[in-house]
Amino acid sequence: MNISYKVQRYIILFGFLTVPLVLLCMFSLYPAVSLFYFSFTEWDGLGFDQKWVGLANYKEIFMRPEIFGAFKNNLYYFVGGILQTAIALYFAIILNGRLRGRYAFRVLLFLPYVLHSVATVIMFKNLYHAEYGSINVFLGAIGLESWQQMWLGNPKLVNYSLAFISMWKYFGLSMVIFIGALQSIPRDLYEASTIDGASSWQSFRFITLPSLRRVIELMLVLTLTGALEAFDIPFIMMLGANGTSTFVIQTVDMAFHFEKFGLASAMAVVLLFIVIFFIFIQRKVLFREGN
Amino acid sequence: MGKTPGYVRALQYSTLAFAVIIVFFPIYSIFVGAFKSKVEFYQSGLSLPENFFNFDNFKRVFKVGKLGLGFQNISIILAVTLTGNVIIGTMVAYALGRFDFALKKPIMALYLIAQIIPLVTTQVATFSVIKALGVYNTIKAPMLLYLGADVLQIVIYLQFVASIPKDLDENAMVEGASFFKIYRSIIFPLLGPATATLIILKTISIYNDFYTPYLYMPSQKLKVVSTAIYSFVGPNAAQLNVISAGILIIFIPTVVIFLLLQRYIFAGVTNGAVK
Repeated sequence: MNISYKVQRYIILFGFLTVPLVLLCMFSLYPAVSLFYFSFTEWDGLGFDQKWVGLANYKEIFMRPEIFGAFKNNLYYFVGGILQTAIALYFAIILNGRLRGRYAFRVLLFLPYVLHSVATVIMFKNLYHAEYGSINVFLGAIGLESWQQMWLGNPKLVNYSLAFISMWKYFGLSMVIFIGALQSIPRDLYEASTIDGASSWQSFRFITLPSLRRVIELMLVLTLTGALEAFDIPFIMMLGANGTSTFVIQTVDMAFHFEKFGLASAMAVVLLFIVIFFIFIQRKVLFREGN
Repeated sequence: MGKTPGYVRALQYSTLAFAVIIVFFPIYSIFVGAFKSKVEFYQSGLSLPENFFNFDNFKRVFKVGKLGLGFQNISIILAVTLTGNVIIGTMVAYALGRFDFALKKPIMALYLIAQIIPLVTTQVATFSVIKALGVYNTIKAPMLLYLGADVLQIVIYLQFVASIPKDLDENAMVEGASFFKIYRSIIFPLLGPATATLIILKTISIYNDFYTPYLYMPSQKLKVVSTAIYSFVGPNAAQLNVISAGILIIFIPTVVIFLLLQRYIFAGVTNGAVK
């Protein structure tokens, strides 16, 4: 090779970055930008006959209470997510100690996260089956017939049943992330505090919690955005029927079922802004703490 | 640290045992169900199956549920996508990690922005791109969508690139190696551990993905594992034993990967959160 390094530099930068950037623009950035454009049009998703309608789609979103009402169902996933974060933190602290078998427990509890997601939802569909599902069979076998429920049929229960699947699947992940964060706290901090006569509650309160602050915050924002975007569990389980539709299911239905791509785009933009708003808040809080 | 008192340990173990039961109760119930005949399934509750060598359900779900086709298609998608993805990811990391240029920060920012946009919501617009490219309802659609690097991948690779001593590059340059040769024979091999972690995590997430194949490849011939089991369950909702067999088979690949390669998975997951 006799090309000078200066020329090579340009060749490498151009050759190595063009394709990745084209992909990024085509499948992430361009769709996001065109989403804004679509949101001001009336369009059935076929061809190019978008009709400019200004803010009409946004007006419709705020006029039809059932559209925003779907966020009520997202709330179940949010509460479930907070519970999951708390439980994960508890187990992470236990498994970060010198407990015998801690590695095995970590593997066992993390397992649901790697299981195939559609198959997992279907597994729970079997489990919740009113007549032959394992939960009701088990309750019957131990003489608790009165506890048997229509886990998916009862509109008051169904959203809890669905949110539980999400907790079941993701709590091991949160736990492992917490364990990683706990292991990065220097051991001598604890040793020093023990010498100073701190109780284990005091070391938790004044060493563990402050050190985990950042990770806990991050997890809460992820829980929040995850809950806002909840989609696959209610969709795969019941196509959003029986009062389980979330905001994203409504958006997808509006686009691909009712073929109102303009309105669906406007809904997506609204969701996008809500998500960005929360991420922005978290960053602000983080930076303030950092200084 | 002081010794943990016995009653605290007992409490810790009992909560752990409870959690393990909650995790494994569903898995146990499909595991035993998968080997039971229809009648046996509806009569025997949660007991062990009469015959662990009863593979009828497995044969049936493969035949009717098109699982074989599903595994074949997802393997092709994975092979192509992961190869391309690793090349793209390492190239971006090399260019961003070893060279200083004006567009460096804007490019990182673009990747970050792309990460924040919720993917599910932009599908409406992505759909029109896929259609315009003429790849709708072909196996190329998911391949293209999975191909690009994501910000997590780039951050992990950049950390690794930063940890490779610059002396190695400079020595190679003294010997007259081109930048491409440095990328190929120094950077790419030394990124190996990161590549292993990323391949494993990507394999699991692509294997699990339902939405992309469901939306972009509705054709019967293009079923992948997720869409195959999804459409199998629809009309056959009554046959819980056959469905159990299908679920069990689908669980196996990622569980095996996880048990063999836990270290990489835990490393990737923990790394991802610290970004």
